[in-house]
Amino acid sequence: MCGGSQFFDSGPEYNPGLVSLIPRRICVGGSLSDQLLQAMRQSIIDGASDTATELAQQALANGVAPLEAVNQGFAAGITFAGDQFGCGQMFLPDLLASAEAMKAAITILEPEMLKRGSQREALGKIILGTARGDIHDIGKNLVATILSASGFQIFDLGTSVTPEQFVAKAKEVDADIVGISALLTTTMAGQKAVIEALDRNGLRPRVKAIIGGAAVTQKWAAEIGADGYARNAIRALELAKNLMSKAMNEGTAQA
Amino acid sequence: MRPRIQLLTPELIGCILCEAFELLMSPGVRVGSAPLVELLRSAGVEVNDGVARVPEPLVRNCLASAPPDFYLYNRQGENAVHYGGDDVHFDPGSCCVQMLDPDTLEARPSETRDLVRLIQVTETLPQFAAQSTAVVCNDTPSAIGDLYRLLVVLQHSHKPVVTGSFSAAGLQGMIDLLAADSGGRDNLRKKPRAVFDVCPSPPLNWSEFGSHNLLDLARVGVPAEIVSMPLAGGTAPVTLAGSVTQHATEVLAGITLHQLAGPGSPVVWGGAPAIFDMRTGGAPMGAVETAMLNMACAEVGKHLGLPTHGYLVATDSKFVDAQAGAESARSAMLGALTGINMISGAGMLESLACHSVEKLVIDAESIASAYRLVRGVEMRGETLATAMFAQIGLSGEFLKLKETRALFRQEQHLPSPIIDRSVRGSEPPSDAFTRARARVDELVSMYQKPSLPEDVLRKFQSIVEREADRAL
Repeated sequence: MCGGSQFFDSGPEYNPGLVSLIPRRICVGGSLSDQLLQAMRQSIIDGASDTATELAQQALANGVAPLEAVNQGFAAGITFAGDQFGCGQMFLPDLLASAEAMKAAITILEPEMLKRGSQREALGKIILGTARGDIHDIGKNLVATILSASGFQIFDLGTSVTPEQFVAKAKEVDADIVGISALLTTTMAGQKAVIEALDRNGLRPRVKAIIGGAAVTQKWAAEIGADGYARNAIRALELAKNLMSKAMNEGTAQA
Repeated sequence: MRPRIQLLTPELIGCILCEAFELLMSPGVRVGSAPLVELLRSAGVEVNDGVARVPEPLVRNCLASAPPDFYLYNRQGENAVHYGGDDVHFDPGSCCVQMLDPDTLEARPSETRDLVRLIQVTETLPQFAAQSTAVVCNDTPSAIGDLYRLLVVLQHSHKPVVTGSFSAAGLQGMIDLLAADSGGRDNLRKKPRAVFDVCPSPPLNWSEFGSHNLLDLARVGVPAEIVSMPLAGGTAPVTLAGSVTQHATEVLAGITLHQLAGPGSPVVWGGAPAIFDMRTGGAPMGAVETAMLNMACAEVGKHLGLPTHGYLVATDSKFVDAQAGAESARSAMLGALTGINMISGAGMLESLACHSVEKLVIDAESIASAYRLVRGVEMRGETLATAMFAQIGLSGEFLKLKETRALFRQEQHLPSPIIDRSVRGSEPPSDAFTRARARVDELVSMYQKPSLPEDVLRKFQSIVEREADRAL
């Protein structure tokens, strides 16, 4: 998906103003028109929460199936944004704005999905938190936002989380993945402690443990027996999807 | 506030000019062009044995008639380079004879394909406001080499061009090419697309072809960039201040000749001064003192209210290595902080003896950083921080703020992948040269050749045939 940057010019004059290109009112019957789908996708790429909200409301008013709006419209935007971030055409604030716009659309569509019993199936349940003693959570929050916007159910335990808290929550919600973030080399040991606690409680290998943080490396992940490591939020999304896929082999995965 | 550097005090500039005016009278300046000698004599200048003694009042008059600023235009006729004030532009170094082969890492004679590749990359990079006739094409006859280089640039670029002629006879053909490109000589005068480097020979010598080029350019109204090249300790006084004084003398003489020939014609206070290396006898373009000379010379030109030029962003290294990066980035910053209007030299290695397109793309990053630096620290919005804290309190969620997304592109230069800021991942990290090679390929693939009108191409062809008949 990398290559030409027709969507995003990284030059200093760039102004994320693609919203104006979106038609304000689109008439649709029961099925989604290509134009509306494109507008939904674009609202996420532009990080335009208001437009995403408006388009979601419009879809409901026109009797569009909410799940269809998510899967065929908005989700394509977040995938595109992730790809563009991965190849340096989009930046963290853009990515976050896209994730926020995605959340805004889901917020509108979710009650109708519940009503119809057509809830979007979560890709998996993920517990997130920073290691004990570490209060740095920018990276962890980013991962939470991206994973959540992409369809994972996130249980964010916040900062300085003890191994026991990770274990308790993983049991409580029947988690698929536990993600432990650590910025400091001094708190990275806390990641190991969580993995050991998951082992002691017999949660692994069913529950996967993944780690991240500025000083974290693949080597460290292997050393402490983590199931995976990702160096940024988009790589974390790939990693989580890989781990959830049935074809995923056991062992340490890396994104 | 725009950050700037000033090396010379007003008093020192006064001393430099005072001595320069003295030197213009004694020992005077050698002038090789017979028509210019006549012009000087008719202006009351004493010329004996080819040496003119040029009095200060005449020089002052000529300085007064030289325009304080002018524009270069692109093919579309838009003003693309502003020579004047503190505006800063960069172009690749000119007229190099060798090219670094990225596969063998050896310097080999440059050819047309190298010039085309340099033009293609320069065309795609916004850091370069102008093209240059960057390398000599050793695969074509040298007698029409100047004309051919310009032809190749005009065929492949929309941008303005920094060029030059190594002979008096060759200049006319080049002017004809530019006129054909602009739709006639009148249009070329109104909206010049090129500036011509014209060089005196140190010390204080305006050779026959150099001075003749000044005369011809002034008459057709195509901008002349006077590139004086004192070598401190070799062909000029060893002190930086002494070399700046010699530079000023040579450029003042050049402007006088130029304005006598064509009053009001655009002219640039340019230069490529350097120190003289006492170990090798070379001209170390990457030396900090060379950068200081360029800065000081430009300051004198700015003091006189003239457009300025310098030769920076070059290195003495033979490879695109740490020395190349350090020397080039340093002088890009210094030139920008001085507010030099046109800074030539990017891409050049080996004290201007070798060009490298890989270095050019790395230099583009240094130039982008220099541009960022001179934009300084700006006030944006009503408050600096309090309005942002009012929205997020102590949550620290700055990344989610609308202001962050709206302003980060203005606050931060977002470098190309040449600058490695990545977190170490599973793939082995690469060095800057490897990334530069990939970047060059990427930019060349993005490049689109301009489509020139048939009649312009026909005119180009007939000019080249005529010049070839004349010269070969």
